[in-house]
Amino acid sequence: MAKLLEVSNLKTQFFTQDGIVHAVNGISYQVDQGETLAIVGESGSGKSVGVMSLIRLIPEPPGKIVDGQVMFDGQDLLKLSENELRSVRGNRIAMIFQDPMTSLNPVLTIGRQITEALELHLNMGREESRKRAIELLELVGIPGAASRLDDYPHQFSGGMRQRVMIAMGLSCDPQLLIADEPTTALDVTIQAQIVDLVERLKKELGMAIIWITHDLGVVAGMADRVIVMYSGFVVEEAAVDELYAQPRHPYTLGLLRSIPRLDLGRQKRLIPIDGLPPDLLDPPSHCPFAPRCVFNIEKCWQENPTLVTVGTDHKSACWVDISNVEIYDPSADQQNVEAL
Amino acid sequence: MTTSAIAQNARKRIKTDDGFFLPEPSRLEKMLGPEWARVIRGLLTNPLSVTGLVVVILFITVAAAAPVLAPPLNAMADPYQIPRDGFGPTPQEPGTLWERSVPPIPFWYESVTGKTEWVHLFGTTSGQFDIYYGIVWGTRTALLVGILVVFAGLFIGLIVGSISGYYGGVVDDILMRITEIFMAFPFLLAALTLSAILVPLFGRGIWPSVIALVSFGWMGYARVIRGDILATKERDYVLSARTVGARDGTILLRHILPNAIFTTMVLASLDVGAIVLTFAALSFLGVGTDIGYADWGQVISFARSYILSLDTYWYIIVYPGAALILFGLGWNLIGDGLRDVLDPRMKK
Repeated sequence: MAKLLEVSNLKTQFFTQDGIVHAVNGISYQVDQGETLAIVGESGSGKSVGVMSLIRLIPEPPGKIVDGQVMFDGQDLLKLSENELRSVRGNRIAMIFQDPMTSLNPVLTIGRQITEALELHLNMGREESRKRAIELLELVGIPGAASRLDDYPHQFSGGMRQRVMIAMGLSCDPQLLIADEPTTALDVTIQAQIVDLVERLKKELGMAIIWITHDLGVVAGMADRVIVMYSGFVVEEAAVDELYAQPRHPYTLGLLRSIPRLDLGRQKRLIPIDGLPPDLLDPPSHCPFAPRCVFNIEKCWQENPTLVTVGTDHKSACWVDISNVEIYDPSADQQNVEAL
Repeated sequence: MTTSAIAQNARKRIKTDDGFFLPEPSRLEKMLGPEWARVIRGLLTNPLSVTGLVVVILFITVAAAAPVLAPPLNAMADPYQIPRDGFGPTPQEPGTLWERSVPPIPFWYESVTGKTEWVHLFGTTSGQFDIYYGIVWGTRTALLVGILVVFAGLFIGLIVGSISGYYGGVVDDILMRITEIFMAFPFLLAALTLSAILVPLFGRGIWPSVIALVSFGWMGYARVIRGDILATKERDYVLSARTVGARDGTILLRHILPNAIFTTMVLASLDVGAIVLTFAALSFLGVGTDIGYADWGQVISFARSYILSLDTYWYIIVYPGAALILFGLGWNLIGDGLRDVLDPRMKK
């Protein structure tokens, strides 16, 4: 499929009083048309800053995109002027955020907020944009859309607000929708509804999606490809089935082993990843995951591995080929505990 | 629990499409949006702010009905010039018969006072200016000056504070240092000096004082709105407006200001009373309006030479003073009511 977005060597840093925060350290990836790319990683791994940098939404100063290229449909977004970029934001690249409770302006009706983008990018008149807003609300499954257009955000529940946010994102038929943890603030049943909704819309509208999350369960259900980020680096990239079946980075493996699973029975303990991520103010020159890694070898403490191809459509940044190393089996440990 | 809280709990709840129950929005809420509706509802349910509103509405009524309450001498005369009954230096008591240049008698006069001829209802000042006339027409001056100065100051303050808070950085530094330079001057003294300088340029009247009060009265608004904008611009909905591709102006005017302006409004409503007091002080000190202009400070200023014998001539200070105090009180009560509504700790 045709390439829609190609990010290469994107570096974003924050120049603070305490020093330079290395938030994103040269990440590269691409998104094809109509593809869903999931970006996973723990808090502070640079997921959000990475995608916000694409359309230059990080606060400048203190933030600065120091290097890289973001080719979107043949244009380098990082070289566009603020004015040119405004016609991309909300129009060809839309973004929805984590917390629907705070992402809608409390003093404006939702109709007013949805039509904002329409009037801005498509030069629609008031009547026309209202009509389109009603269509959009129906599209995202809000019953009685016409009568709810003049309601204020506080008259909607959390799940409904996230639907409104999605309607706002879809208003100008974007080619790329960036969803920054859109389900994190919602309860599980509503989460499932929102995931289903986005899946359905993707099929109907054929847009590409970048879905940021730390919920690997959601990723398995909807993504085509997955990027795992750690400490501002991409540490593994693979097709979704491949990643779950054959994780090649110790961090990915750690993430997968720390998910509670119904099919594992009650005897199995979850295995957390020990330790803390490195301080982004003073990033190590060796592999950032080495201090927490059970597989670490001497080389891990000397040099930071780069992303290399380890299989078909599968890249990993690790000195150790963990598929050949025997994995420490926690169930044996568990049996020992029980024996005591 | 207050009665309004009970009333709110009793409001019908409606089921949303996804099974949540939310209180049904009132008509007020549908019209103005939730925040403004809460402000208006709060103002109308608090006894103090209702008192303030009543007082202010009373003054507005007096100002509007001034030609009926105290008709000017004739159609040619400037109504803002207080008619004078001669030129004698000694003030005359309330109830003294009006002898020279008597204005026409309004229709309500006889039935209310039982008299067929104009008397000086509140007495006269030194120089025989009618106090009653001065107070009635002075209400117009007070409202005009108070609202004009506050709005003009608000306008400047909002522009400076918004730009400062929204853009931050060097712009913020420069604008805030300018604000601080203005704040460094003592308010009354600075306003006094500036209006004294402006009098030769504009002639005597309300304008020199109005300009002086605006020039040194906008800084508070600029600072408060800047602080609120600094807080509001970090909100998620501002980020989502940026994501949609909105322009800076749109973001500031549509998304930030309506959410940040409430504290500034409290300050402004409290200031209307204070500004009128300062304006009266300038008049009293003699740098404001022309002698005999219908303005409360002007009326009080005639008492200057009688300050030591106010036990005899109490009326030259009590009536205009009462008008000033009541006016200041009214606006302060409204401002306090607004503050109570907007203070998050007072929220129900």
